[in-house]
Amino acid sequence: MQALIEIDRLNLFYGTFHALKNISMKIPEKAITAFIGPSGCGKSTLLRTLNRMNDMIPGTQIDGTVSIAGADIYGKDIDVETLRKKVGMVFQQPNPFPKSIYDNVAYGPRLHGITSRQKLDEIVENSLRGAALWNEVKDHLKRSAFSLSGGQQQRLCIARALAVEPDILLMDEATSALDPISTLKIEELAQELKERYTIVMVTHNMHQAARVSNQTVFFLNGEVVEYSETEKLFSNPEDQRTEDYISGRFG
Amino acid sequence: MIESSPAVQAAVQGQLGESMKSGSGKAFDRKNRLLFYNSTFKVVCICSAIFVCLILFSILIFMFRTGVLTFKTVPLTTFLFSTDWSPETETYGAFVFIFGTFALTALTLLFSVPLSVFVAVFLAEMAPKWLRNLLRPILDLLVGIPSVVYGFLGLTLLLPKLRDWAQVDLSDGILAGAIVLSIMILPTISRISDDSISAVPQKYRDASYALGATRFHTIVRVVLPSARSGILYAVILGMARAIGETMAIVMVIGNTPQLANALFKPTSVLTSNIVMQIPNVPFDSTWNYALYMMGFLLLFISLLMIVVIRLLQRKGASR
Repeated sequence: MQALIEIDRLNLFYGTFHALKNISMKIPEKAITAFIGPSGCGKSTLLRTLNRMNDMIPGTQIDGTVSIAGADIYGKDIDVETLRKKVGMVFQQPNPFPKSIYDNVAYGPRLHGITSRQKLDEIVENSLRGAALWNEVKDHLKRSAFSLSGGQQQRLCIARALAVEPDILLMDEATSALDPISTLKIEELAQELKERYTIVMVTHNMHQAARVSNQTVFFLNGEVVEYSETEKLFSNPEDQRTEDYISGRFG
Repeated sequence: MIESSPAVQAAVQGQLGESMKSGSGKAFDRKNRLLFYNSTFKVVCICSAIFVCLILFSILIFMFRTGVLTFKTVPLTTFLFSTDWSPETETYGAFVFIFGTFALTALTLLFSVPLSVFVAVFLAEMAPKWLRNLLRPILDLLVGIPSVVYGFLGLTLLLPKLRDWAQVDLSDGILAGAIVLSIMILPTISRISDDSISAVPQKYRDASYALGATRFHTIVRVVLPSARSGILYAVILGMARAIGETMAIVMVIGNTPQLANALFKPTSVLTSNIVMQIPNVPFDSTWNYALYMMGFLLLFISLLMIVVIRLLQRKGASR
């Protein structure tokens, strides 16, 4: 498998707080990579550097390089809006807009200049199908997104992210606010999506990482402790701290 | 596990059960006291609500009862649609004032709503923290400035400037009125809009940015629609203040009963005409009744506009 995202000696500071320490890794294409680790270890921060959502937090300083498909995304010639179009994101809390289901999915395509009703209909249907939500909502696309359950809202957010045709999908603890059945649905969905997208997910739930991911990265205090194939990391960890964490001795 | 004899258990249960019962046996024990407080509180709340409604309705009824006497001598159509207001000849056509009130309010909203929303967006979304903390209290202070001060400044500063700028002899009229009113209601509309924009959850903005939206897109397509109901509420408050405003308007409107078909033409609105004429009218005259009818119309117009905006709000919410 080819590496799509390459991170090289990345350091990130929030003011004086050193949140990410000298991180280097390669994230392969069309696979699921999971970031695990205790709260505050920097895994979400790293995820948010991949679509530059950290830019909006004042006092953030970055050094080192992050490149996607060979392009340094912190380079001067990078257009942040285009980057974010290519790198979609699903958040911890389902956050549909206070609009109809249709308008939620069509938001991204409209933003990027698609106005033809027919084309929009097509994108909305395909995205909702892609997020395994179409059959549940096809008869009431005009209803408010808030009429959906939490799990459906989260799949709507995935559909909304898919609608702008990203290459990479970032999932920031996307199931932590959901019930077990909704969680399972989203995990199954992630399995399907990895055929077409590169998925990077942050999770608090080690079992989830073990179930769905191909690669797992274990973070501790802003550093990468261990990065390997998921199976190997969970069955035969190299580092003592990884073993302590996955066997539940701390964190 | 702690072993305890059935007798002890029964005693403990007995205590627990007893403590929930009310019976100290006295006439005004805890239970009765609570019932008394609860029902008193409820009655006081209901009475206050009824009292407020009563005042409102008695104002409406009183204005209407006196105002409607106008129609003993003046036909309704003349009152509503005639532009001839000459108490000397017993002709009472209020169209000039009704039209003036509508035109003035519309023009005021046309100036102040966009400007206020820009100010609110700037405050809530763009201003650095120190500037925001400086501007918000200033706007709050401006809300409290008495309208007579705005009118006075309009009279002494704005009117001469307008005369020079537009090269006219008299700059009194609805333009001057609308400018003064816009400045007056700008702090109200922008502060309330600012609060409702700030209350839009950050997660909507995050979602929009993560889809590749610029700040402009995020504000126009997500933040403002989400804050829509609060902004419309702000507009209602501002408009209510503008429609009923009297002192500031008397000083800049010109107080002449002629139709406001030009921006610089001395005219009159419902409020300014009432306040200018009420000291001079005989008590039991048609003139007096006509002024009352105008007051009732004013009430009616502001209620009507509030209802219209409420409907807009409802429509926005269901989308």
